Amino acid sequence: MKDILLVLPEIVLLCLAGLILIADLFVRPGQKWFTYACGIGALLWTALYVFVPFTPVGGVATQSAFSGLFVADGIATVLKIAMLLAAAVALAYSWTYLKKHGLDNGEYVALTLFGTLGMMVIASAASMLTAYLGLELLSLSMYALVALKRDDRIATEAAMKYFVLGALASGLLLFGMSIIYGATGSISFDGIAKAIAAPNKMAIALGLIFIAAGVAFKLGVVPFHMWVPDVYTGAPTAVTLFLGTAPKIAAFALAYRLFGNALVPAHADASLILAVIATLSVVLGNLIAVAQTNIKRMLAYSAIANMGFLLLGFVAGGKDGYAAALFYALAYAITGLVSFGILVLLSGRGIEFDNIEDLKGLNTRSPWFAFLMLLAMFSLAGIPPTVGFWAKLSVIEAIVNAGYTWIAVIAVMASLVGAFYYLRVVRAMYFSEPTAADVALPGGAATALVSVNALAILALGAFPSAIMALCVRALQG
Amino acid sequence: MLLSLSIWVPIIGALAVMTTGRDKNSNLTRWIALIAAVAGFLVTIPLYTGFDPSSAALQFVENVPWIERYKIGYYLGVDGISMWFVLLNSFTTILVVIAGWVVIEKQPAQYFAAFLIMSGLINGAFAAADAMLFYVFFEAMLIPMYLIIGIWGGPNRLYAAIKFFLYTLLGSLLMLVALIYLYKATGGSFSIADFHKVPLAKTPQILLFVAFFLAFAVKVPMWPVHTWLPDAHVEAPTGGSVILAAITLKLGAYGFLRFILPIVPDASILLAPFIVTISLIAIVYIGFVALIQTDMKKLVAYSSISHMGFVTLGFFLFVGRQGSALGIEGGLMQMISHGFVSAAMFLCIGVMYDRLHSRNIADYGGVANVMPKFAALMMLFGMANAGLPGTSGFIGEFTVTLAAVKQGMFWTAACAGLALILGAAYTLWMYKRVIFGDIGNDHVAEMKDVSPREFWMLMLVAACVLGMGLYPAPFTEVMHKSVDALLLHVSHSKL
Repeated sequence: MKDILLVLPEIVLLCLAGLILIADLFVRPGQKWFTYACGIGALLWTALYVFVPFTPVGGVATQSAFSGLFVADGIATVLKIAMLLAAAVALAYSWTYLKKHGLDNGEYVALTLFGTLGMMVIASAASMLTAYLGLELLSLSMYALVALKRDDRIATEAAMKYFVLGALASGLLLFGMSIIYGATGSISFDGIAKAIAAPNKMAIALGLIFIAAGVAFKLGVVPFHMWVPDVYTGAPTAVTLFLGTAPKIAAFALAYRLFGNALVPAHADASLILAVIATLSVVLGNLIAVAQTNIKRMLAYSAIANMGFLLLGFVAGGKDGYAAALFYALAYAITGLVSFGILVLLSGRGIEFDNIEDLKGLNTRSPWFAFLMLLAMFSLAGIPPTVGFWAKLSVIEAIVNAGYTWIAVIAVMASLVGAFYYLRVVRAMYFSEPTAADVALPGGAATALVSVNALAILALGAFPSAIMALCVRALQG
Repeated sequence: MLLSLSIWVPIIGALAVMTTGRDKNSNLTRWIALIAAVAGFLVTIPLYTGFDPSSAALQFVENVPWIERYKIGYYLGVDGISMWFVLLNSFTTILVVIAGWVVIEKQPAQYFAAFLIMSGLINGAFAAADAMLFYVFFEAMLIPMYLIIGIWGGPNRLYAAIKFFLYTLLGSLLMLVALIYLYKATGGSFSIADFHKVPLAKTPQILLFVAFFLAFAVKVPMWPVHTWLPDAHVEAPTGGSVILAAITLKLGAYGFLRFILPIVPDASILLAPFIVTISLIAIVYIGFVALIQTDMKKLVAYSSISHMGFVTLGFFLFVGRQGSALGIEGGLMQMISHGFVSAAMFLCIGVMYDRLHSRNIADYGGVANVMPKFAALMMLFGMANAGLPGTSGFIGEFTVTLAAVKQGMFWTAACAGLALILGAAYTLWMYKRVIFGDIGNDHVAEMKDVSPREFWMLMLVAACVLGMGLYPAPFTEVMHKSVDALLLHVSHSKL
């Protein structure tokens, strides 16, 4: 019974997702807002189920269920709440976009919910199999979401690419897991961590390489990043919004469970691999983003660079490093929601906001939306007083503390390059005159939501203490 | 409390401008902005009247824990080195608001709000006693300045804005790594005072020096990383040029005194000849560059670089381990004076630009015939820029040159002295071509003399320029203790 109680949030979400899928059959095409409202409600309701038994976060001891397959601890709680909220906000932003593009079918909601369920399973994974199960549930939902616009050649191509490469990555990950299993005789993270006494075992190192490759695919970091720009660009912006936020938290969860729980004794080897991957993505992601004119593509390369930055926290390792990476993931999700959210909200009202050019003169049209986007851009660039700055600071601090000062120097220099393309967006919004077509602004509720979301960037930038402490406490739990 | 007020009063004023004034009601916007700027200045006055010149310690200290995880504090305080700059900045903000009064027609609310936010952030940077707090203010001010140049700037503003941003960011990002390194070295503190105490070996000192140097040298700006400045100044609106020249450049020089000299004294002393050399290059070579400019704003921009060369020169006049108190105080005087004079020069150019929409010297000529009051005021500022005794421009340059002679660096003094002649040459030659002679063309003939708004704005600066030139004691007497304490600290090796 205790086991069932621990997975109650997952069960609740699963039931609600199934219910919504069936209920949607009876909702008439014009009334789909009902399904969306139910979806948002389901996510928030589940968040409540995660939140209530665990208040205050980290105050509850780590508990495991199903003979060590599943774990409920501080970090899982924080991650799940963040995922659920991010998914709910993404769903709320997407509604008008999907309606205007004729994509407002119930499957979108159901797939989002199932994907979120997958993320939650990853966050609570305590064994290789659970992690893989969650990952596949998430990935399959995402493949289908990307292909949502099935008559569109580019979207279908993106989905195809995503599926083939994603399946390959899953294969690599599974292969790595099986090698680790062979070397340690255990699939539970605790068991693996205990069994890796001598970290220099050849088999462990080999398994580590495959696992790192698989995780790198899912994070979308160099050299396994090729799918990211195409999928971000090809998918409908609403899907990109979802894809670019909550699953990033899940990717952190996956990396944390594998590198921070299971493979901790092999940290020296792992950090070597991750250091190369992370540094390469920070540098290449930022450099290639400079050349982009499509804003979704630019944000895709920005995501590659940012995920590289997040991985730097894993390079540093230790509680400090993981706390910094967790903070980075949360900060990135908040900022990503704003940047893609504004694109989604403004699209389909005369102009498709696909190119940086389309943002021209936004300040003249709507100073408020321009300001919100400005906050998101400066947060991504890591300029204070935004939350992005503190996230970068935490990671750099961890990495300097771990003795990798030179990587820190490379990373900040790459951020300088990054500032250039974020500034191009600001330049388009503020320094140029609007292009001919006029844009209708989104309604009050959506504006209020995105305002709260964007002002959180500023508020957390001014008072980052609480969220930093939360990240540290989550890891101690 | 006072320092917090000096930071937040302008920023709250900016919010008021954005919310109540808005662009549609530009008259209300202007008045709110002016009230906020004046209020922002009034709250800084007690910093001077209540300042204890007999102490070298930080005064008006506020220390509240801010980010516990990294022990970052909202830790404010001013000493004799930083106190005047808070006042100078708040004063300049008033000038900027008046200068943009009717001239700015495009999005006036955002314009005034940007400057008020800028003002608060700059005060924060000067008052910060916690390195990370300093960094936050130092970096955050890039955002409003980027927008100011980009939205209200000249034709080539896009290029200038991004160049300004990236140049400054380049320097400050390395400083960020340096700060984190020091955080680690002190065992977990971002307090600048703790940075001053931490012992450092030679190689780290030199690397830290390079990181800090890049951050502050770009801001000053020193030759050869000065190239962003002429672009930014030329393209920025008048108010932007004023704030850039009068205040943000000073922040770079301030960084030398607050961070470089006390944190890495051994590297500073080792590399002092290098700084002296590039300062002299800035003074002399950039002086020549200023001479050949055809654009008035560019000329004043280059003259700023040359004048700031005196500041860095004065800071690094070391003989053995002994720096020159006279040199540092001269440098500080030069900073304050240049704040007034460069502001005045840009305001004057702004006054002419508003009438003719040209910055080219060749487009003017004989302005004195149509604008006699203006010509007289600009004469005063031109003389101050050239360093005429009796004006504020003289004090700093003379003191630094004197300090160089006292330290036995005759040739350094001789080179710097040469720049005084150059300064007179480029300023007065420009003045002659623009103001004197026959009326250049029909457009000049139609120019009207200064309006009461412009007149009193310029009179305000004129009073400061003359007041400081004739009676500099209030400025210097607060500095002595702090500068002596700094030099004493630098004279002890950290190795």
